[in-house]
Amino acid sequence: MKYTIVLFIVFLGLSKSQAQDAIKILQKVDANMASESRIVETKMIINGKRNSRTVISKGYSTGIDKSFTEYLSPDREKGTKMLKLDNRLWIYSPDTDRTIQLSGHMLRQSVMGSDLSYEDMMEDRKLLEIYNASFIGEEILDGRKVWVLQLDAKVEDVSYVKRKTWIDQERYVPLKEELFAKSGQLLKTTTLSDVKKIEGRWFPTKMIYKDELKSGDGTHFEFVSIEFNKEIPDYIFSKASLKK
Amino acid sequence: MKLAFQLAYKNLVGSGLKTWLNVLVLAIAFLTIIFFNGFIDGWHNQAKLDSEEWEIGGGHILNNNYDSSDPFTIQDGHGPILTNEANGLTPILFRQGTIYPSGRMYSALIKGIDVNQNTLKIPTNLLKESAADIPAIIGKRYAKSSKLKVGDEVLMRWRDKNGTFDASNITIVGIFDSNVPTIDVGQIWMPIKKLWEITGLENEATMFVANVGYTSTKMEGWNFQSKEDLLSSLTRIIESKKASGSIMYIFLMGIALLAIFDTQVLSIFRRQREIGTYISLGMTRLQVVKLFTVEGSMYSILATLLGTILGIPLFGYVARTGIGIPEASQNQGVTISDTIYPAFGIGLILSTIILIILSSTIVSFLPARKIAKMDPVNALKGKIQ
Repeated sequence: MKYTIVLFIVFLGLSKSQAQDAIKILQKVDANMASESRIVETKMIINGKRNSRTVISKGYSTGIDKSFTEYLSPDREKGTKMLKLDNRLWIYSPDTDRTIQLSGHMLRQSVMGSDLSYEDMMEDRKLLEIYNASFIGEEILDGRKVWVLQLDAKVEDVSYVKRKTWIDQERYVPLKEELFAKSGQLLKTTTLSDVKKIEGRWFPTKMIYKDELKSGDGTHFEFVSIEFNKEIPDYIFSKASLKK
Repeated sequence: MKLAFQLAYKNLVGSGLKTWLNVLVLAIAFLTIIFFNGFIDGWHNQAKLDSEEWEIGGGHILNNNYDSSDPFTIQDGHGPILTNEANGLTPILFRQGTIYPSGRMYSALIKGIDVNQNTLKIPTNLLKESAADIPAIIGKRYAKSSKLKVGDEVLMRWRDKNGTFDASNITIVGIFDSNVPTIDVGQIWMPIKKLWEITGLENEATMFVANVGYTSTKMEGWNFQSKEDLLSSLTRIIESKKASGSIMYIFLMGIALLAIFDTQVLSIFRRQREIGTYISLGMTRLQVVKLFTVEGSMYSILATLLGTILGIPLFGYVARTGIGIPEASQNQGVTISDTIYPAFGIGLILSTIILIILSSTIVSFLPARKIAKMDPVNALKGKIQ
């Protein structure tokens, strides 16, 4: 009995320190991944059943609640713009010269046919604000040593009740993430690669976003260029800029 | 008057082919008007009945925060069911979700309904009898577009009351065949208790469907919409179809009436001696005008007779067998069955007969007025006046 109690105390102490470690790891990851503002040019390769398409866009974001995206190519999508302010999302189509606010079932439609839905773009809170992190092990992933962390929601109003994330031990960037439903069903997987040092921070420049409920190879993102903490004028994040 | 009819009849029959061409065009216009309006009335009657049986019942009671034309309101447009006020009402809860049949993604409006209801024809007994963990029924249109069939299990994703994603397999336990697309396209029906359980929205409803004969009582936080209110958009659509379709028969009628008008003008010009003779034999000018007007309006009487001879077997057959509607038209969001049985009511037939006779009488009278101004001597001489 005495032995069991000692074991229990040791386990408690160990799991507490592991949780703190997990938080520290996530804080370091945040330091790499988060920025006050960001201007990115991305290439999105959407793999369909018969063919694949490449969509190039330029995005501006400030913090976590304001973002503006303009699609540059292909010609069919050129000029389409999206504006996200807090929990509202507008999309402008040059063909119709109209701006609509997306709602209801439209938010669940995929963005340009990709594995990313509009509502996925609405997720905007910091992980440590809404999840309790726990350390669940170490692995080798694509030849790199990683920590595996499990994030369990500590608030009720969260999209994914559980996440599992694989963090590069040396560079503090996530290399893989899995998102789960309440039932435990795996919903989405994100795989990150091509980690480069940009403006003094490690940053994954390629990403494969896969909706696990849908068939297909997922959607590939590639950061063509990225600038951190650049000043972005306020007018960019206004509805007027959609029609410009 | 009898004499006028006898003379008019003899003159018309004597004109031969010219008369029968006028009569034929007028008869076609007559049949077209009855057929088109009968078709629209038949559609309206069926659509109203189907909508009442499948969707509307005795009216809807909507939560004040829910607006059926605004999908933004589905998230928060629900309220607790007040059991003492909800007698005779069928609660329905709306949630949004996504299904993934064979890895394809389809948006879905999940509707939880009381499985014991018998207000609507939706076969909720299948939900009641099923032993599946999450049983669901869908309409034939959604089943076709999502390629689902009875017995299939399909993964469904939804958000609970806090917005957290959840996902699980649902089992399709029935596919219903309804002419009402607004309860079918993009919708999944499941037991309301199961939807409460999986979303955490215990005892909540977005709306109630009232029984037929329900008398509205004030419910705090809820808004009653009568059957007539709910059918008004369908009625407006059908009325607009009727108006747009009328262009076709107005055009046909126009041709027929123009032919009668031309014939009358030509008759008065060529039959001046005859007019002069009638007057010199003692007929007043008004009697001669009447004679020519009756002659013109007799086209419509003959057209009605011809139309009746052709129409009775034709319309009788169509009313029995119905008219097949292409599948594409049934998926346009308006209630329309795959076969429409036209309704040729007595009111429709009589009003069309009156319309034809009245309009042909008017176009016959207009040129005949000239007779009143004729000098009988010059008319007898056949001089152009």
